Amino acid sequence: MPETGESTAYVIEMTLGEAIREALAEEMSRDPNVFIMGEDVGRPGGIFMVTKGLYEEFGKDRVMDTPIEEAGIVGLAVGAAMTGMRPIVELMFTDFLPLAMEQLVNQAAKMHYMTAGQARVPMVLRATLGTGRGAAAQHSQSLHVLVAHIPGLKVVMPSNPYDAKGLLKSAIRDDNPVVFLEHKMCYSTVKGPVAREEYLLPLGVADVKREGQDVTLVAISRMVQVALAAAETLARDGISAEVVDPRTIRPLDKATLLKSVMKTGRAVVIDEGHLSYGVTAEIASIIADEAFDYLDAPVKRLAALDVPVPMAPVLEAATIPNEARVVETVKGLFGRRY
Amino acid sequence: MIEDKTLLTEMYYQMRRIRRFEETAQELYRRGMVVGLLHLYIGEEAVATGACLALRGDDTITSTHRGHGHVLAKGADANRLMAELCGRATGYCHGKGGSMHAADLSLGILGANGIVGGGFGIATGAALSAKKRRSGQVTICFFGDGAANQGIFMEVLNMAGLWQLPVVYVCENNGFGEYTRTEEATPASQPIGARAAAFGLPTAQVDGNDVLAVYEAVKAAVDRARAGGGPSFVEARTYRLSGHHMGDVGFSRNYRTKEELDARTQQEPVGRFRRWLLEHQVLAEPEIAGLEAKVEAEMSEAVAFVNQSPLAELSEIEEHVYA
Repeated sequence: MPETGESTAYVIEMTLGEAIREALAEEMSRDPNVFIMGEDVGRPGGIFMVTKGLYEEFGKDRVMDTPIEEAGIVGLAVGAAMTGMRPIVELMFTDFLPLAMEQLVNQAAKMHYMTAGQARVPMVLRATLGTGRGAAAQHSQSLHVLVAHIPGLKVVMPSNPYDAKGLLKSAIRDDNPVVFLEHKMCYSTVKGPVAREEYLLPLGVADVKREGQDVTLVAISRMVQVALAAAETLARDGISAEVVDPRTIRPLDKATLLKSVMKTGRAVVIDEGHLSYGVTAEIASIIADEAFDYLDAPVKRLAALDVPVPMAPVLEAATIPNEARVVETVKGLFGRRY
Repeated sequence: MIEDKTLLTEMYYQMRRIRRFEETAQELYRRGMVVGLLHLYIGEEAVATGACLALRGDDTITSTHRGHGHVLAKGADANRLMAELCGRATGYCHGKGGSMHAADLSLGILGANGIVGGGFGIATGAALSAKKRRSGQVTICFFGDGAANQGIFMEVLNMAGLWQLPVVYVCENNGFGEYTRTEEATPASQPIGARAAAFGLPTAQVDGNDVLAVYEAVKAAVDRARAGGGPSFVEARTYRLSGHHMGDVGFSRNYRTKEELDARTQQEPVGRFRRWLLEHQVLAEPEIAGLEAKVEAEMSEAVAFVNQSPLAELSEIEEHVYA
């Protein structure tokens, strides 16, 4: 099982959406207990067309269109998961997570613990996050921190097709409730090589997306693309940036993050969720706590403005970190040298 | 049914066992051995007993914060349940769940639940699972009149009706949602079952203090579900003789009078069924006394089991967060 497919014969280019669809199809073929349920996932192929073709391939009992009942759908998934099935719920937008929060937070997340290991809840909840469509404050949020706060849940946020496929297959085989969050603007725009041979990526292992010496950029989901672009620009100015993608924010691979920061001595944490009490705060705190002696500058955080996401594209774009802000923030860490 | 002496004997044994378990738990709470929240099922024993006796061993149930009755009636061991209430390592959940989270997955008990209406999704999902696996299992979802006002009740009725899932919703209308009377929280002009009927579910309303009536109504619903006939709803009208929880003593919460409680105590189901068994000469007094002695021995053993059990293990505090 190769970690990456170096030989081009065993690699094909695909989009993030295609990689996710492949993972779903492969796991459904492998395990008859895996099934998909969600709003418009069947004949319509899902709101972002990610499940397109699966209804035809696997039938209506395994790719189930549901009524618009987020709490009910997730609740049924919990019960089905406790009794031998492996449901995958598609929830369209993380903005709809609050509707299903009771089922996730009070039921799914705690069942294994409260029953001292008797109950298992092997389910996956897929949803999209992120701005970019002018969809306003109830269809553009990145609410991963709401679920990442809860012990018992795992939260996966892939940034490219290769990771998405390997992580989703692991999530489906995991015996815990896993929230798998996909950036809606990356489905067709982010392309990359995916191994043809079957592979799995473990949950809880970060990946260094670009090696560097001077500063660590910790970035999540689409912000990995932003960080990589910023790293390219910084390189032209003589700053070597390392880009670390946690890939899963719970469990969080602290060791890889800390190793990078101990090497570079500087860190900027970048996320599309809100700044206050966000993932950036958690990661910055870990770095400050556990790599303090290695730091040459304060840990910086870039995240979404603490405002509801506005609709007008000019406003919407101004709420989230971009390449220019990353570059400016990194340069600020080096004082007047740049 | 009156010919089925084995079934009738089991009914009385279970009802008496639940009553005495609750009274024992109450006593252990007062002695400081039962810890945390304790919601007693006294007065409602006929519902859990009649409903669970209509089930097969591999059928599943979801229960409520007032769940000891359901769990015991589905076959739970009194020792391990009492140990759980007392926060002992030998409890069903090693002391991590307590009264509101008792579960035995091997007996099909998918858990009591601390959230009012918390079992709706799980029960309906278990029924979806049973249908997908073609296992022939049926799920009973126990819930109270208070839970019927939660929004997810409508959501699960819709999906159970839509997909014809093998689930029976057993609503224990015990007269109160916490400290509020049912008629002050739910329009009295329509029975709660009207909500289920709106989604096409067959509904029944029975005297929840009559174990035979509960058994017959639930059995019909379970048989229908197992035969592929889809979900049903049964309202069992009973009366909560206990306070909402152990802290609710006397009448200071002003939701009922002593006169009402005294009158309803006269109709409590365990003594009522005992009299019925004697009147109909199903069991003679010595046989009943024998069953009661068996229950007493079981309760004494449960208390002894707790006393011999270690407290919850600190070493397990971070265990079972993830599977």
